[in-house]
Amino acid sequence: MALAGLDIEQRTRPRESFGEWVGRRGTAFWVTAALLVLMPAIASPFWLVQIIAYALVLGMIALSLMFLAGYGGIVSLVQMTVAGLAGYLVAILGSSAITQISLNWPWWTAVPVAILVATLFGTLSGALSVRTEGIYTIMITLAIASAFYYLTLQNYTIFNGFSGFNGILPPVFLGIDWGQGVPFYYLTLGCATLAYGAVIYVSRAPFGLALQGTRDNPRRMAALGFDVVAHRIAAYTFASLIAACAGVLLVWYQRQISPGTAGVGPVVDMLIIAVVGGLSRPIGPFIGALVYVLLRTFALDVLESVGLDGRRYQLLIGLGFLIIVLFSPDGLIGIFERLRERYRRGRDVRDGAMGGGGAP
Amino acid sequence: MSDFVARRPIWSLIIILAVAILVWLIFSIWTPGMEASFGRKRVFLSALFNGITLGALYFLVASGFTLIFGLMRNVNLAHGSLYLFGGYLGYSVGEWTGSWLAALLVAFLVVAVVGILMQVLLFRWMEGQDLRQTLVTIGLSIIFADLLLWGYGGDTFQVTAPEWLSGPVTLPFAVALRSNGEAVMMTYPLVRIAILFGAIVVGVLMWLALNRTRVGMLVRAGVDDRDMLSATGVRVQLVFVMVFAFGAGLAGLAGVVGGTFQSLQPGEDTRILLSSLVVVIVGGMGSIPGAAVGALIVGLAEQFGSVYMPTYAVMLTFVIMVAVLAIRPQGLAARR
Repeated sequence: MALAGLDIEQRTRPRESFGEWVGRRGTAFWVTAALLVLMPAIASPFWLVQIIAYALVLGMIALSLMFLAGYGGIVSLVQMTVAGLAGYLVAILGSSAITQISLNWPWWTAVPVAILVATLFGTLSGALSVRTEGIYTIMITLAIASAFYYLTLQNYTIFNGFSGFNGILPPVFLGIDWGQGVPFYYLTLGCATLAYGAVIYVSRAPFGLALQGTRDNPRRMAALGFDVVAHRIAAYTFASLIAACAGVLLVWYQRQISPGTAGVGPVVDMLIIAVVGGLSRPIGPFIGALVYVLLRTFALDVLESVGLDGRRYQLLIGLGFLIIVLFSPDGLIGIFERLRERYRRGRDVRDGAMGGGGAP
Repeated sequence: MSDFVARRPIWSLIIILAVAILVWLIFSIWTPGMEASFGRKRVFLSALFNGITLGALYFLVASGFTLIFGLMRNVNLAHGSLYLFGGYLGYSVGEWTGSWLAALLVAFLVVAVVGILMQVLLFRWMEGQDLRQTLVTIGLSIIFADLLLWGYGGDTFQVTAPEWLSGPVTLPFAVALRSNGEAVMMTYPLVRIAILFGAIVVGVLMWLALNRTRVGMLVRAGVDDRDMLSATGVRVQLVFVMVFAFGAGLAGLAGVVGGTFQSLQPGEDTRILLSSLVVVIVGGMGSIPGAAVGALIVGLAEQFGSVYMPTYAVMLTFVIMVAVLAIRPQGLAARR
């Protein structure tokens, strides 16, 4: 039965090539892509780096969470910690203002090692947490994340304790200073696009399909001969790779890193970003990140301009998140899709009525 | 007990040996050689007692958390906020009435009502959706944290212990010998001993209520198979509301207790939540004896860690959690 079902599935949906996939994109995709590429010509440096580039970096970390949650059914809170560890390693192995700890490796060895070690850490956390199921994962990963936070806070020999590292500069490579606004924007845009494409590709590859199978029915997948645990750990590895790359970008963006970067607040914020954007599509985390960054940057001014206490923006975030979770479990994407569906249905009804009336 | 010894002879032997060594360490007079390698006995004993009383506090918080989780599969990440709310409330009531017991009672009742509201207004409508419930509790914890910051500001508060519980008490353990051969006895704050005693009473009462009463039977049946319990005609929603109220109330009560021998400030909610998470992961999710064992282990690990290896204290707790997850992923005391 199951095999017959799979056969039909494969016949009706042949695997499409990348060209076909690009050709199938709608206008919205091309408009967004063009807007992002041409952004430096339109936006001021503040908007370019502080808003869009920052949202892209946070979006990448949230994307790694979305990949695990959306395709694997694993809600992991450890992704921000993976990013934080990668950032710390860039500071420790590379150069920073804390010269007594930093090893001053050149960036082309420090960054790959940082990404590798952080990915390994994410994989190990995954291996620990997949041993238990479902909602336990969120507790175990939260505990791992907070252990990392308290370790960085208390440890002065490696992580330099409360103050962390500052003066971490993006490299100068190919004659371009990647710390400048426009190059840094294109760097983050490039990395985010790669990560986005990789998630879409993996979600359609046999591995991604098997992962979605383990999400929907782990026992049946196990009965079909798939190693469920191995698939979940591999999903952690892939997601941690994205988060680690984003962590390197994050430390280059902030130029400093401290325990607060991967504290309990940011760890939970990543989940909020991913859920508010929507866990069903890879574009969701980026939308969520943009909303989050806009809210963080402008909530104070907006609240004060309408006569409220500007310090209560955390309350605003909490209420907004609660409303999204209560009324639209698939986030802003879900709201958007429902509106579009309603609009389309309304148009169909109108068209139908008109056609009926005009027929002879 | 004898069953355990028969099934796990080696483990029983190790546990008995460890307990014997511990008892000997507590009651013996330490030789200078031991003091050189382990530090002074007074430091060891106070770490031990601080760890046990901290474990008592963690037990109060985590038992509510694990009960709610076991019955409703609801990971209540707002549990730390309930703790902090109870603590602040207890502080206000204590300042107003001057009675510590009134503070305990009011904190328990009001936070229990908050728990009832949470269950009736929110979680009842999303039964079986684990992730959504957890996300709602995250939203609630952010809102609570900001409301509490709004109401009480960023200052540190401490609940005043009542007159009859203040001051030190002498314990029958010698910490050192004076030159004339007279033993110096250990002194310890009475309030901490009272809290330990209170936690043990609460634990025993909870065990009795769960194992010897009809309601407890319903709760245990619900933990094992919620759907089947509901199919036998029990009004399972009522049981849920009661358990949520009791678990939340315990968190509020623990807030007053924690506010008495520690302090209350923003951020304490997350710290307590994380400790309860580790306690529940180590002890086994949904199990009250597990919460007791886990709380004791985590409390002792935190105190001994901060005395003997200050920079890696957190890592000790964490290593214990990882070891438990690696050997017994379901927790030390869980049946499944």
